[in-house]
Amino acid sequence: MKILVCVSNVPDTTTKITFTDNNTQFNTNGVQFILNPYDEIALARAIELTDGGKGTVTVINVGEANTEATIRKALAIGATDAVRINAKPHDAWYVAYQIAQYVKSNPFDLILTGRESIDYNGSKVAGMLGELLDLPSVSIIKKLDAADTEATVEREIEGGKEVLTIPYPFVAGTAEGVAEPKIPNMRGIMSARTKPLTVVEPVEVKTFSEIISYETPAPRGQVKLIPADDTAKLVELLHTEARVI
Amino acid sequence: MSVLIYAENTGGKFKKSVFEAVSYARAIADQNNTSLTAVSIGNVDAAELASLGKYGANKVLNVSGDKLKDFVNQAYASVIAEAAKKEGSAVVVLSNTFSGRGLAPRVGVKLDAGVADGAVALPVQDGGSFKIKKTAFSGKAFAIVDLTSAIKVIALVPNSYKVVETGGTAQVEDFSVETKASDFKAMIKEIVRSTDKVSLPDAEIVVSGGRGLKGPENWGMIEELAELLGAATACSKPVSDAGWRPHSEHVGQTGIAVSPNLYIAVGISGAIQHLAGVSSSKVIVVINKDPEAPFFKVADYGIVGDAFEVLPKLIAAVKEYKASA
Ligand SMILES: Cc1cc2nc3c(=O)[nH]c(=O)nc-3n(C[C@H](O)[C@H](O)[C@H](O)COP(=O)(O)OP(=O)(O)OC[C@H]3O[C@@H](n4cnc5c(N)ncnc54)[C@H](O)[C@@H]3O)c2cc1C
Repeated sequence: MKILVCVSNVPDTTTKITFTDNNTQFNTNGVQFILNPYDEIALARAIELTDGGKGTVTVINVGEANTEATIRKALAIGATDAVRINAKPHDAWYVAYQIAQYVKSNPFDLILTGRESIDYNGSKVAGMLGELLDLPSVSIIKKLDAADTEATVEREIEGGKEVLTIPYPFVAGTAEGVAEPKIPNMRGIMSARTKPLTVVEPVEVKTFSEIISYETPAPRGQVKLIPADDTAKLVELLHTEARVI
Repeated sequence: MSVLIYAENTGGKFKKSVFEAVSYARAIADQNNTSLTAVSIGNVDAAELASLGKYGANKVLNVSGDKLKDFVNQAYASVIAEAAKKEGSAVVVLSNTFSGRGLAPRVGVKLDAGVADGAVALPVQDGGSFKIKKTAFSGKAFAIVDLTSAIKVIALVPNSYKVVETGGTAQVEDFSVETKASDFKAMIKEIVRSTDKVSLPDAEIVVSGGRGLKGPENWGMIEELAELLGAATACSKPVSDAGWRPHSEHVGQTGIAVSPNLYIAVGISGAIQHLAGVSSSKVIVVINKDPEAPFFKVADYGIVGDAFEVLPKLIAAVKEYKASA
């Protein structure tokens, strides 16, 4: 089985988010970038599914040269090879379009993305790839079992879950539960340096969206502390002051 | 032009998030002096369909039949795109639910439309720009996105826009779309609904427990409080990692992002990754025995105390309040 895992390079989860240039630019100063946590789940599952020579795992990233540390991390975790489409990822449409273009000439049995990237939280790439490649897509899956010609996936629905079977090829966005992220070992780190990383130039694509500016949430007021033995007071405040019960 | 809203049903019924989306779409239609059409897919009865008129839909396109009884991402996306074409819709609104997140990008590609997911406010339109505020960095910030395409697709976050009753009525029309066999490659084998539980993403109240609860055997208190309040239950990441609770309950940066009216956090430290997914809650109550827990910095109300002593008292207080109300 040939699996493609789409990976993005995102600010570390502990990053304090700030902006510059009158709130029009994300401040990358001092920010460490990491492999998107949901993509780690996709990658871990892809490696499990191809374990013992049952296939290959290619990771693909749309990004400029500075994302290579993240790509090498994916190789160290166990991907077979990597592709970097050499461009600044303008938005989800841009990313999906570039990847779809690549897949059209390099087909895969299974394409995995994370359910969303933790920077813009779009969960759009999986669905857009599905549409651009005319393949089924499931945007958020909690479980993925692979048989020879089809896979069984579980997806979350409001207040429950749904079990689906899907013939290959298809696209799925992975969430918690699909696999435990893997930590690279020494051998992985050493071999990552020599694994193939192909750089592909982007194709022209129209753009549909532009980030104009950013806002930070309004600061919250001071916490009102209530004595531990006066829970009735809390209930009263929630009713009369906060008006939420 | 017109505005189209996809009204997603759950077992034949519309939930509050749909009425929010209809109200939101109505406001966009008003901004542009145009009409609002809703499209419903699946077997929803006539009275339920017509109820969308109350929130401002002028017309409801009803797509029914056995084939489309259950949500099939590809086929539903085709239907929504066809409905938008038929209505000449320049704006398509969906809910940012699990299904909506699968549909919005596919509908966007079909219509050559820019997609604003995670929308939390009405678009600001001026001189041709169409700016939408959306969540970013897992709730640590918002991004203002200008959709520059002719058609725009917006996925609205549940609980972020109020339901507005206009008291109008809607014309219900049957609508059918030629479906392609290739739209049905993904086959539903089983749907498991826990009907007795409030669904987390669109819950108005969430009661959440962290590692401070020590073990799964202590979740009875969380569940009891949640049930009394009509709330959904949630947990922090280490709790689901340890298997005390299912992954579907894990909230935060790498779990579900929630924005309920009330979030009650018990025995949760308030790590930045947890806050990322819950900080847009309108009111936050924190119960933690450590007065230095970071969660108190973002809480509206706090009780410094042991969960094992505070929760039973809080449950009793809620019971008393309910008995007197
Ligand atoms: C990449 C990444 C992504 C992550 N994503 C998420 C995410 O999405 N969601 C998430 O929640 N976490 C996430 N985390 C983990 C996060 O960093 C914290 O570890 C986690 O939120 C802590 O959970 P907790 O507060 O339940 O546990 P702890 O940190 O163990 O805190 C338990 C709290 O309970 C209190 N307590 C203990 N006993 C009692 C008692 N008897 N009564 C009252 N209070 C008590 C303690 O004072 C403490 O504050 C992520 C981490 C990483 C690295």
